[in-house]
Amino acid sequence: MGFILISLIVLIGFTSYFLGSLRAKKLRTSNQKNLTSLNHYYGYYVALWAVVPALLILLMITSFKSFFIEQYVLSDFIALGSYTETELSLLFTQIENTALGIKLFDENTILIDDAVNKLNYINKTIENLTYVTVLGLSGLLVLYSLININYKLNSRKIVEKFLLVLYFTCSLVAIMTTVGIIFSLLYETLRFFSQVPITDFLFGLNWSPQRVFVRDAGDLDTRDLANAFGAVPLFAGTFLIALIAMCVSVPVGLLTAIYMSEYASPKVRDWAKPIIEILAGIPTVVYGFFAALTVAPLVRDIGQGAGLTVSSESALAAGFVMGIMIIPFISSLSDDVIKSVPQSLREGSYAMGATKRETIVKVLLPAALPGIVGSFLLAVSRAIGETMIVVMAAGLNAKLTANPLDAATTITTQIVVILIGDQEFDSPKTQSAFALGLTLFVVTLALNFIALQVVKKYTERYD
Amino acid sequence: MTDRIEQRINSLNKRLNSEKRFRIYCIGAMSFALAWVLILFLNIFSSGYSAFYRTVIQVDVPFLNLIEDTTQFSEMSSEDINNLSMYSFSKKAIYGLFPDIEEKKDKKMLIRLFSIEFEQEIREFLKSNKSNINETETIYLTASDDVDQVSKGNYPRDLDEDKRRIKDIQLLFFDDLVDRGLVSYEFNLPFLMRGDSREPELAGVGGSIVGSLFTILVVLILSFPIGIFAAIYLEEFASKNRVTDFIEININNLAAVPSIVFGLLGLGIILNTFGLPRSTPLVGGIVLSLMTLPTIIIATRASLRAVPPSIREGALAVGATKMQAVMHHVVPVAMPGALTGTIIGLAQALGETAPLLLIGMVAFVVDVPQTPLDASASLPVQVYLWSESAERGYVEKTSATIMMLLGFLILMNLAAVLIRRKFETKW
Repeated sequence: MGFILISLIVLIGFTSYFLGSLRAKKLRTSNQKNLTSLNHYYGYYVALWAVVPALLILLMITSFKSFFIEQYVLSDFIALGSYTETELSLLFTQIENTALGIKLFDENTILIDDAVNKLNYINKTIENLTYVTVLGLSGLLVLYSLININYKLNSRKIVEKFLLVLYFTCSLVAIMTTVGIIFSLLYETLRFFSQVPITDFLFGLNWSPQRVFVRDAGDLDTRDLANAFGAVPLFAGTFLIALIAMCVSVPVGLLTAIYMSEYASPKVRDWAKPIIEILAGIPTVVYGFFAALTVAPLVRDIGQGAGLTVSSESALAAGFVMGIMIIPFISSLSDDVIKSVPQSLREGSYAMGATKRETIVKVLLPAALPGIVGSFLLAVSRAIGETMIVVMAAGLNAKLTANPLDAATTITTQIVVILIGDQEFDSPKTQSAFALGLTLFVVTLALNFIALQVVKKYTERYD
Repeated sequence: MTDRIEQRINSLNKRLNSEKRFRIYCIGAMSFALAWVLILFLNIFSSGYSAFYRTVIQVDVPFLNLIEDTTQFSEMSSEDINNLSMYSFSKKAIYGLFPDIEEKKDKKMLIRLFSIEFEQEIREFLKSNKSNINETETIYLTASDDVDQVSKGNYPRDLDEDKRRIKDIQLLFFDDLVDRGLVSYEFNLPFLMRGDSREPELAGVGGSIVGSLFTILVVLILSFPIGIFAAIYLEEFASKNRVTDFIEININNLAAVPSIVFGLLGLGIILNTFGLPRSTPLVGGIVLSLMTLPTIIIATRASLRAVPPSIREGALAVGATKMQAVMHHVVPVAMPGALTGTIIGLAQALGETAPLLLIGMVAFVVDVPQTPLDASASLPVQVYLWSESAERGYVEKTSATIMMLLGFLILMNLAAVLIRRKFETKW
């Protein structure tokens, strides 16, 4: 239904654009008086009246209709008063399926039959009503705006004002997204912390949410809750894997950046830089597959050859592959920063007889240090928020360990493990994932903020 | 005197040597990074290319045993053919490959050389060729995953019998079929067309390609206009005040938020509060567009900023309003940059997995989705799903899916580069 209706509205929009411009043209030629705006602005003016309110109404109807339909169809069942909310919504799904012809009940009771009929009836009615309202409104407004066109109406101003408001609203989407993120995370997190004390979450040493089987949230043993949601092993695992990743990417990234900016000929640079940046463009799920299928077995074989016990999902493998992924983040940003150190510093150093290495290590790097540190911080925040590599290649069981050959789990992994598949909402287990998400959000935001401040400070110094 | 000179020379040599060493470290680091690009691609390619062809076994099917006169098929509707009982007939046709075997166990093993849908394949052949079916037709039937992997050499034959999935007797059958020239390869079109399946030899990426396309389409429809409009407002119209500052901080922060947090947003708000349908490209697209927006806005703003003020001022000088100057003169000039940013943002969205896991786009979907409101998987999620499966056949399928995903990404990035090269104006 939606598609046809929207096409109709668009069609009306186009027609009314021509009607509007035509009417303006006629007014102009018939009375020899000048209109305030160009003809096509009157077209836009009419078209806006035709389309915008109709679409808004349509949006409102579609967002509220499912609630209304459910209330109407289930009214008999609600009147009985013996159903809980979840049972009601389940019942509604069953009724919907029955209406589609899928047999769910062995024997349909009169109530169900009745409800199915009601559903069909209300669906039809609402559909018809929507058509009438939306198209009627659109048509009326076209008429209204056409009549409204006269010598005094400055349609250009109105159209431009509308565009400006539209642009402004679009730029608000960013704010709304942030608000949405904070709201959804906070809401569930607060509900989680009303059941599990925040100190247990932040300092507890044992993470095993699968132990908490929740049927009715009321009957939970509080001791069980306290012991199941200690996030320290996750923080430790995240830290460990990020550390391994940084151990790989910092030296490689930094040295690559130095080579690119100081040693490489322009030709080498033109080739090598994009190739290394490919690493940043490869989807993380590809790295995850690579880590799980190629690197992890390799690490295990090498470790076993050296007489070590290596878990098949070692933190080392995941961290190493993540390090490779991060290389371009460090190399690109550091490269830019090193290159933007003023030439005079380089030349001064050479003039004193310093070799290239001495210039780089003793002059350029200290000068570029804030920017380089900034790039490291950005890379760390990347590593902490990275999900797919650790989901596919690091362990799933939370265990407090500092051994890189052991399996370690991370914040992101646990979020995915908890929320993938069927979730029971309103259980502390599900809510704990949002608490983890909030932690992640806060940490990465703080890291980025610090990194940006550091970089900013640097740029001020040489401008 | 000579001592001091020697000392100097020694120290100079030391410095020059350390210079050389340092240079070698740098080159080493860069080669390390470059090598991993190569290793990654070679690794994926070498394990994935074999998914693009498949093993088929030639079987003579005596249709005369099914019906007295094969011309009668032409008068049957598809439904009639669907109602024909063909299971034991199809089995007998396969037994015909080795008429000598008597034991039930061996016969079962022979049947297992083929994909479980052999009956369906014969039926489909019958349906599409019903007007001219001869008494005996030669049909190429899909081999089972085990046979497929053995014939491609991906599966070790020399393991102990109880450790491998394919049994000795099956290998004997298979080798005999190879000697008789009945085993051949063909391009794996079903892999590109079909949806997911529990049987590796029948699983395809068609469903997830369509799912990805729908998702990207939703992202494009939502994030392109919103991103461009937001950028125009911020760059051209916004006065410097607290609201615009706040918007700007928000955009920069959103660009740095881990993707999984957007998944939580999708789950908490879009699914649970607004009640949009789970597992659908529509919801996936909405979540990914929120993620892509900062990229598009930042790129568009940069290219708007690069438009020289003379263009704006020229338009204003001949009497254009601010809005006309921007929309008629500045935005068209900045469009290539905005498009490039959009394509790069779309490429990111195409490769994103984590948020889709949380909004349920990991469902096992057999059918190819028809609209953005059908449950579906997407290419990266398909990679994740298959990489969790134990069967050997999924390894090559996963790699092949990655190859296609990378192919799409390369194409998109290439398009972005071309647009920039072709339309960008240097001032």
